[in-house]
Amino acid sequence: MTATGIAGTPGRNGHVTFTEGDGSARPRRRSLLPRLLSEIAARAQRRIPRADLDERDPDFIRERLPLMWLFASLWFRGEVRGLGNIPETGPVLLVGNHSGGNMTPDTIVFTLAFNAYFGVERPFYQLAHNLVLSLPLPALAQLRKFGTVAASHENARKALDAGAALLVYPGGDYEVHRPSWERNRVDFGGREGFIRLALEQNVPIVPVVSIGGQETALFLTRGERLARLLALDRMFRLKVLPVSLALPWGINVGDMLGHIPLPAKITIETLPPIDPRSEFGPDPELDEVYDHLMRLMQDTLDALAAERRMPVLG
Amino acid sequence: MRVSATTQVSAPIERVWSIVTDPARTLSYMSGVTRWEVASDRSVGLGARYRMLLRVGSAEVGGLIEVVEWDQPREFAWTSVTGIDQRGRFRLRPAPGGRTTVELRLAYGVAGSGLAGWLAEQIAAPQVRGHLRRSLMQLRRLVEYEQLRERATARRAAAAG
Repeated sequence: MTATGIAGTPGRNGHVTFTEGDGSARPRRRSLLPRLLSEIAARAQRRIPRADLDERDPDFIRERLPLMWLFASLWFRGEVRGLGNIPETGPVLLVGNHSGGNMTPDTIVFTLAFNAYFGVERPFYQLAHNLVLSLPLPALAQLRKFGTVAASHENARKALDAGAALLVYPGGDYEVHRPSWERNRVDFGGREGFIRLALEQNVPIVPVVSIGGQETALFLTRGERLARLLALDRMFRLKVLPVSLALPWGINVGDMLGHIPLPAKITIETLPPIDPRSEFGPDPELDEVYDHLMRLMQDTLDALAAERRMPVLG
Repeated sequence: MRVSATTQVSAPIERVWSIVTDPARTLSYMSGVTRWEVASDRSVGLGARYRMLLRVGSAEVGGLIEVVEWDQPREFAWTSVTGIDQRGRFRLRPAPGGRTTVELRLAYGVAGSGLAGWLAEQIAAPQVRGHLRRSLMQLRRLVEYEQLRERATARRAAAAG
């Protein structure tokens, strides 16, 4: 983890020092709270599982499909279109727009649809925020059995090398906490790493566009300034400290404990695969591919938004 | 969970048999089925395999199935090889007046899925039953109309000749 692009004020820099790796080089004079925070951060870092592709358990996924089906069908009235666009075999990079705070219904609906459509036998991994996988909660340990791995280039490369389908949400925590009035906007925050990954691994990109997730609560602000102020960006790779109105908390700061999502209708559309090299030449520019993909996904999201008559109801 | 539907078709049993066993025609009358592809060397008969999907709720469920019973022209059953557990069966019986009784059964579930699995099966049942009922209605229409058209063609040929 790197702490780049952070313009810290002199006073803050003196207090909070990010502990790299094992955290052995620790400055002495610090007050209790920052020390505690950086200790937690270091522990969280250590807990991030490295290569855990083997933890995916097809039998476990199969047994959980009915539960996911209940959630996806009854609560979210999920609808997934165009799964036939995903190549039947071989590695593929599924790139989605992400919504719904820390309780992301689009992931549940899509993971169910993918596993039901292609069978649990097809290796399928999802990249998740490091923090999600390092929290000491038993429920999150189950995520790894679903094939959720920590978001790192190493894990992504390993999954694609193994011929798996890999689902990434480049927007991540930035996009997932966008205000509800920006719900119909694809916003990756300029993150292009996934395109480099697809080019390196020479795999097709399949855009997965979803709508409805940002209607599961009233998201008010990302709280980027708040996150910078508390140095969460350097310690936990969290660039946001979102504020929302959500069940059952009322005002919900951080969304660390999750919330009860409103039963918004989730519609997901899978688009035909894009092979960057065949469309943009042997050595494509990242920006060009990125802009093309953004346009494509935004157009699809606009079309899905036009279909919708009411928020939440769909 | 096992669901079934029954109908009577005004056509001889062999005719109905030839249609329900033809994988190329399955999509034309099966309701909710979004895929029915041959996945083995042989396309019909004992041991033939198909990759099938049925839309239930928010997902398309199914997987690889294999024909495990074949009693021409009366009975034909399949079980799942991969995907959710399922066992399907077409039962054809001759009825008086040159008609055929067709029963379509489907038993489905996910072994080991516990209470959620049981609940999901119950909640999916009306939808699956609806699919089976509509499938048989569409099958009846397909068989009977095809027969009518053939008779009309024969009549026209006879009148012209």
